[in-house]
Amino acid sequence: MNWISSKALRPRIKEFRLSVHLLSRNRLTRAALVTVLLLVLIAVVAPVIVPYPSHIYGVETPEDKLLPPSGKYFFGTDELGRDIFSRVLYGTRISLQTALLAVGLALLIGIPLGAIAGATGGFVDEAIMRITDVFLSFPPLLLAIAIAAFLGPSLTNAMLAIAISWWPWYTRLIRGQAVSIRERQFVRAAKAIGTPHFKIIFGHIVPNCIAPVIVQASMDLGGVILTAAALSFLGLGAQPPTPEWGLMVSTSRNYFLNAWWYSIFPGLAIFITVLAFNLLGDGLREILDPKTRKN
Amino acid sequence: MANYLEIENLRVSFKTFEGTKNVLDLEYIGIDKGETFGLVGESGAGKSVLALTLLKLLPMPPGIIENGKIIFDGQDLLDKSEGEMRRLRGRKMAMIFQDPMSTLNPVFTVGEQIVRVIRQNKGVSRRAAERQALEMIELVKLPDPRNIMRKYPHELSGGQRQRVIIAIALSCGAEFLIADEPTRNLDVTIQAGILKLLAELKRELQVTVLFIANNLGLVSAICDRMAVLHEGRVVETGAVREVIRDPRHPYTHVLLRAIPRNRDEEIDLDALAVRGEGPVEVKGCGYFNRCPERRERCRDQRPVLQPVGGSHYVACHVAVEGGERSG
Repeated sequence: MNWISSKALRPRIKEFRLSVHLLSRNRLTRAALVTVLLLVLIAVVAPVIVPYPSHIYGVETPEDKLLPPSGKYFFGTDELGRDIFSRVLYGTRISLQTALLAVGLALLIGIPLGAIAGATGGFVDEAIMRITDVFLSFPPLLLAIAIAAFLGPSLTNAMLAIAISWWPWYTRLIRGQAVSIRERQFVRAAKAIGTPHFKIIFGHIVPNCIAPVIVQASMDLGGVILTAAALSFLGLGAQPPTPEWGLMVSTSRNYFLNAWWYSIFPGLAIFITVLAFNLLGDGLREILDPKTRKN
Repeated sequence: MANYLEIENLRVSFKTFEGTKNVLDLEYIGIDKGETFGLVGESGAGKSVLALTLLKLLPMPPGIIENGKIIFDGQDLLDKSEGEMRRLRGRKMAMIFQDPMSTLNPVFTVGEQIVRVIRQNKGVSRRAAERQALEMIELVKLPDPRNIMRKYPHELSGGQRQRVIIAIALSCGAEFLIADEPTRNLDVTIQAGILKLLAELKRELQVTVLFIANNLGLVSAICDRMAVLHEGRVVETGAVREVIRDPRHPYTHVLLRAIPRNRDEEIDLDALAVRGEGPVEVKGCGYFNRCPERRERCRDQRPVLQPVGGSHYVACHVAVEGGERSG
């Protein structure tokens, strides 16, 4: 009786393993995948592994301020004597969290709206797409800045601001796909067997147009980290003493001439993270698109 | 005997930028419970439009149902709301589409797709739905049902997919099945298998089938009664035997001559080809431009269906007059 519960999963596992196999064949993508997994691991265990947990938020050793990298402080210390290595590691957690939540929220708004617009057509489509047009007519960072300024500066608000300025891209992407999927025979067949409209949208249309969204979202994780850092840099995101990378770069400007390590290490962390997500997105696009996928 | 499905004075048109074009104009079609009714006609005759209209799935606009009645099981479908129609689809009536290659959703296993349809129409637990799905796959005579359940559509052949589609169509107890050229794009041996299956299922499950084809041979193989559709109108209808043995309409003659029977017989391709100025709107008979036996009155007077013996009806001035003369 329960044969299918275990075996129904098997084709999915097969697909997943094939994807991983294809993904790891491209060296650049494999490097990106490893880096991303490493970043996730760091984010998860950061509170446990950092050498100076108390330096993350508090000021413990003011006498050690602005020390260059050494055996004691791998990445040196900042103007308050805090260990930059500990703060950069912990920043991974904050950045990934912000990125995941912002992109997740944007997807949560963008996918249903785009799918409904594309699958329903007519007035609903027009209304939703004109709203996205309004959002897309602002330069993206500017809109995020405006929303963050309106909501008040904090990391949560920065995240909300990013999600609000980001979702229309997903709506557009999904809508375009949905319009073409809607005309496919299996959608008509689903209707002919009595499937309700909303089940057709979320059970048939969305699963068929999700691939480009996965690619876009994985690239956007990098973009969002960059935007969040930019907002923090401008003072509209994370507030001190949060060890957010953008905020750390921002504070370090004043000490750049005599303490290069203060800006370099958080900056490098942003650079590596963004690059890894972008390369992973590229790799995903390659394997999810049958035209570029080489079995 | 009360008819199960009755189509009366149904007129369906498409609105285009050039004006309204009538694509379907049916005086009357009646289908009895439990029979297989064949609908034959060339591409563009309106066969698929009729199928979609019966399920009320014709995209509107551009389609318009100008008037008529579709009485199904005692109720007029054209009076029903979309919600009521949705509950009929799958549970009372189902449809098999032309192209088995694109009728299944490519991202789910076929088992998942059958299970979903069963759950959504019957509201049973996942486990019960899985058991029923397995039974349905056995019913359509696919080997190793458990293995089939786990396959994605692209892993199955055209014939296997069409069997899965039939299983889905019948999984929720539909009593009326519209088969819109179910054997199109399948090779001949597979066609025969699907036809045999349909005939068996009809007997086992007592379903009524509307079988649509552009090949008279297929219709004569499995149908009880039939109608020949041309330019949206029924030109000849009756029991399959009557129509095949004694075709009255010139168009039915042409369709019959298109079936190869033995190797000595030559098929008259010229008779099949669309001749003349093509589909010019005429007031009279829709076949006027192509008819080898046309008379002057065919140009202006539209023939209506008239009895020519038994349940055999034909819409043709020449055939009816000819019959009178010989009789």
